Amino acid sequence: MSKQTVGVLALQGDFGLHCRMIERLDARPSLVRTVENLREVDRLIIPGGESTAIQLLIDTFNLREPLLEFGRRRPVWGTCAGLIVLSDSVDDPAIHPLKLIDISAARNAYGRQIDSFIDEGTACIHAVTQPFQMVFIRAPKIVSLGSHVTPIAHCRGEVVGAMQRNVLVTAFHPELTDNPAFHEFFLELDAVSL
Amino acid sequence: MLKDSSWKLKVGLAEMLKGGVIMDVTTAEQAKIAQDAGAVAVMALERVPADIRKQGGVARMASVEVIAQIKQAVSVPVMAKCRIGHFAEAQVLEALEVDYIDESEVLTPADEEFHVDKWRFKTPFVCGCRDLGEALRRISEGAAMIRTKGEAGSGNIVEAVRHMRIVMSHIRRLQGMNPDELKREAQEMKAPVEVVEETAHLGQLPVPNFAAGGIATPADASLMMQLGAQAVFVGSGIFKSSDPPARAKAIVQATTHFSDPRAVLEASRPLGAPMDGLDIRDIPEENLLQYR
Repeated sequence: MSKQTVGVLALQGDFGLHCRMIERLDARPSLVRTVENLREVDRLIIPGGESTAIQLLIDTFNLREPLLEFGRRRPVWGTCAGLIVLSDSVDDPAIHPLKLIDISAARNAYGRQIDSFIDEGTACIHAVTQPFQMVFIRAPKIVSLGSHVTPIAHCRGEVVGAMQRNVLVTAFHPELTDNPAFHEFFLELDAVSL
Repeated sequence: MLKDSSWKLKVGLAEMLKGGVIMDVTTAEQAKIAQDAGAVAVMALERVPADIRKQGGVARMASVEVIAQIKQAVSVPVMAKCRIGHFAEAQVLEALEVDYIDESEVLTPADEEFHVDKWRFKTPFVCGCRDLGEALRRISEGAAMIRTKGEAGSGNIVEAVRHMRIVMSHIRRLQGMNPDELKREAQEMKAPVEVVEETAHLGQLPVPNFAAGGIATPADASLMMQLGAQAVFVGSGIFKSSDPPARAKAIVQATTHFSDPRAVLEASRPLGAPMDGLDIRDIPEENLLQYR
């Protein structure tokens, strides 16, 4: 089987760390900055970064429609800022999210950088619940989930990861740890047939 | 090196800023303009470097009131500068919960022998450098992000280019060295051998490596990114230009698409005049900020 190509949205953020994890799993990372780049990938990660900047650049470079089209079928995963970009609604009126997953998100909900933290949570991957070290940096919270959304990660009593068909979101940063379990899981996610 | 969870969080935030532009602001209004233009963070200071250079006097940490207003005005991380060695200013900034502290040569140094012991803080620090030794010494003091010093407030990119090239080529030389040679390099640079070894092993600084000091145009940002910077700081370049919102947006776009000349061209089109620039040779040596 030829290596699969995993797109990483590289407008701004920690896209390089996602690429490193994808290489470790013997898949091929591909930076996505244009519509043409997006056509060449099978699945897409929207990395951590600043959601205001990422959103502005999505609109400046006319990526909103192509991303919506891509996200209707193909596997997409948003970490931290990526979660905000993919969500259905955000507590900040300056953000117009892509509404690809039925959750509402609250930005910087744990506080400022001084409140960033690392803690052990649990992740349910392939129906097996396992401990997972989770890094939260000025992280958002998932404040509500629609009925078709499955919670897949918990930390400090809250849902910090969720999934709806082909769309995965995590409020934390698996790419900042040495554990590739989430990346492995994402690489196995199926596209949705329409 | 100490790699506890606090260190991971400090470097982690710097990772999130990569590919972005951090803009100097002196008021809440400027901070809003910066955020709306796509800044990934703002740097709060009392005066932009070009004004510090012109007006002289002692440049200190920004007023806490202004920093608080800036924190209120934007959702992106807020950084602020403290004077080199002024750990009490840094403590105040930490108590104020700024997201990053820049121990900066742009302000008047408070201590000519010691830098702040950055390990004592939970708030991450960025420091400037002119060469690899300076970068690694700052990292060993606890800096979680390094930037070139360049020559702040000059509108002239030449010093930032020099500093980035020196750092990158020195790292490439380290990569070809054996353990004995690395040990000697560490002694010459007055940096801990473990940090030198780690840099050689990684082929890059052990923390994010950003550019600062003299960036005034979209092409300047592209140049620094192509030379190896992972993000850029723009100081006087935005709010000393004729059309700050347009210039801020243009530099953000050029930083994302730094390797695509046509995108940098597109970003450069709708711009007014850049800030005035200074020839470094016209600045008296005692007024150069980079030697602080």
